[in-house]
Amino acid sequence: MSQEVNLNDQVGAMTTHEVHHDEHHGHHHKETFITKYVFSQDHKMIAKQFLITGIIWAIIGGLFSVMFRLQLGFPNETFPFLENILGKWAAGGKIQPEFYYALTTMHGTVLVFFVLTAGLSGTFSNFLIPLQVGARDMASPFMNMLSYWFFFVASIIMISSLFVQTGPASGGWTVYPPLSALGDASEGSKIGMDLWLIAMALFVVNSLLGSLNYISTILNMRTKGMSMTRMPLTIWALFFTAVLGVLSFPVLLSGFILLLFDRHAGTSFYLSDIFLASTQKALPNEGGSAILYQHLFWFLGHPEVYIIILPTMGLVSDVMSANARKPIFGYMAMVGSMFAIAVLAFLVWAHHMFVTGLNPFLGAFFVLLTLLIAVPSAIKVFNWLTTLWRGNLRFTPGMLFSIGFVSLFISGGLTGIFLGNSTLDIHLHDTYFVIAHFHIVMGVSAFFGMFAGLYHWFPKMYGRYMNNTLAYIHFWITLVGAYLIFWPMHYQGLAGVPRRYLDFSGWESFNQFDGLNRFISIVTIMVFAVQLLFVFNFFYSIFKGRRVTTQNPWGATSLEWTTPINPGHGNWEGEIPEVHRWAYDYGKDGRDFIPQTEPISANESPESKH
Amino acid sequence: MWVAIASITMMFAGLTSAYIVKRSQPSWTSFEMPVIFWYSTAVMLASSVTIFLALKAFRERERSKYRQLITATAVLGVAFVVLQYLGFKEIWASGISFAGAGGGQFLYIIAGLHGLHVLGGVIALVVLFFKAFSTRFRNYNPVPVEVMSTYWHFVDLLWLYLMVFFMLLQ
Repeated sequence: MSQEVNLNDQVGAMTTHEVHHDEHHGHHHKETFITKYVFSQDHKMIAKQFLITGIIWAIIGGLFSVMFRLQLGFPNETFPFLENILGKWAAGGKIQPEFYYALTTMHGTVLVFFVLTAGLSGTFSNFLIPLQVGARDMASPFMNMLSYWFFFVASIIMISSLFVQTGPASGGWTVYPPLSALGDASEGSKIGMDLWLIAMALFVVNSLLGSLNYISTILNMRTKGMSMTRMPLTIWALFFTAVLGVLSFPVLLSGFILLLFDRHAGTSFYLSDIFLASTQKALPNEGGSAILYQHLFWFLGHPEVYIIILPTMGLVSDVMSANARKPIFGYMAMVGSMFAIAVLAFLVWAHHMFVTGLNPFLGAFFVLLTLLIAVPSAIKVFNWLTTLWRGNLRFTPGMLFSIGFVSLFISGGLTGIFLGNSTLDIHLHDTYFVIAHFHIVMGVSAFFGMFAGLYHWFPKMYGRYMNNTLAYIHFWITLVGAYLIFWPMHYQGLAGVPRRYLDFSGWESFNQFDGLNRFISIVTIMVFAVQLLFVFNFFYSIFKGRRVTTQNPWGATSLEWTTPINPGHGNWEGEIPEVHRWAYDYGKDGRDFIPQTEPISANESPESKH
Repeated sequence: MWVAIASITMMFAGLTSAYIVKRSQPSWTSFEMPVIFWYSTAVMLASSVTIFLALKAFRERERSKYRQLITATAVLGVAFVVLQYLGFKEIWASGISFAGAGGGQFLYIIAGLHGLHVLGGVIALVVLFFKAFSTRFRNYNPVPVEVMSTYWHFVDLLWLYLMVFFMLLQ
């Protein structure tokens, strides 16, 4: 760790005058404020808008999980303060069963879509693509702005659904019909469900507008010399992410359209002959297929998990290479495995449906294709480990989170092999084993990748550093906490504890886990508190953080570090630099690093075969 | 544009494969394609020809010819949407509605969404139309017209695909 401290000391020595510097953007006159901070078309500002909206959503989504963990850990206690916050949904200080479902539903929706899709891709695609490929802005800055504002409106609608009288959507984040299609079946399937669908439709528009821009920027706006194989892996990852988004979100949208028609126009796409206990009536619908919705949903839903994890794979690769002072191991293998993941992502959706009545013969193929994903994933893990191997490691917060990412990705990936088998799935489906698996492999590890990216690129975003001490506290408690929360859930899941139940205390088979549940809940609260510490560090550092004094504080090779410390709209003053080499010339010919902009000199050793 | 087209294609691929899945379910009822849809197909094909000629005229700097052809395309686009609507009314009147199960429901939604995409194209055409008649600006950049033409051929092909799809899989 000492090296990192040295590095920062050199940079930090002359920045003591910092403290008296007031935040200054309140003084701009009004028009500039609006065009610069609100309806901005600068990709860097749009990235920050996505980031801060994502942070607000992450706090809300995390708070939901704290609330339902309170219920799970302490089913017999009452928490009067919950009644103050939630009103009738927590009458007497106990979360009502309907609201428990609403909490889990919104926790999933918010974190999967609003934080880890828009907050993650929106932030890093917007921020890094033009900076790293050498473009002044996105292909269409206006569309980019629209993309954010669609996200903003979707956010407002989703938030407002929390305040309607019948509560927000509560049929699980996958909103399977018939439950989600029938307002009479559950309070949450009334107006809350409509707001959910509208918000998600707008969200799809945001995602499509964004992804179109990302793809065209990467394909058309690379600077001179920046061939596709000279791009940093982040850009490759964001490229594949955008392709996945463009191809899978429309299918989700068509599923939602059919669901809306079933809800309001009386069609029978998903609804069949159902007798409703609550109204004591049979539905007029006939012949619908609930499985059809699941096919449409998971055709997006599975690529969606790669939309979440691929960007972080890219970020981690770059952060890791820069802080190990070594070229990334197996560049082309990295690109190839990301391509393989992107292709396979479309061929495995039915592994979410092994026990829903899917033809078992068909299931066998999906098992095979699912297990195939282990191959590119393993290639990537191998390459990260070999990048670290004998590297000159600098344990910056970004680097620690990258290593944490790899650790979590391995742990979570291994349980994926269990779940990919349709026979094991008979026992494991809908248990805490599944919860533990996907939280580790795409939830927490995606957050780790995101934190790695944030700590690493924060100096580029705001021209200041984040506080290191707080960052180290954040890292260690989050890493240990994540394992303490989700590791025990594997055991619970193997014992058969089902997900989505709000109280196990009266259930003979499972109340042996009461103590364990209480333990998990306490750790959850601690981890959540540490995330608030991160949020504090983030906002404090924007205004009061130590100033960055050199253009290239991490000694990294890629183009974003050739811009001014606080780049204006247009990124580079004067000409856009030309690129002469790939992004990973670390430790070459006895030099610590060679930036991409430096021409290859005559007596340089030949370019490594990547 | 090509990326957007891929995206729209996926949406319709999703819907038509939903149709295939659903067709094998019990209590499926089929439906008759209304005759009007043949006329609308002809209109759509004709509009593809006019926009092809419009692009050619634009490239050859024949502005008056271009203006006529782009107007014709927009008019044909509107005519297509109107014919689709009449077709919907006809099948609705023949007893295929949202109630019960059946292919008709899919037809409304799939063809309806296609109609929306055509309308979006018509709006873009109207923008081009006003640009073509603007006396203040003279623009010789062929890219907007090329993109428009690509999109228009795409919605045309999409409709042909849907037409064949619905006829083969009843």
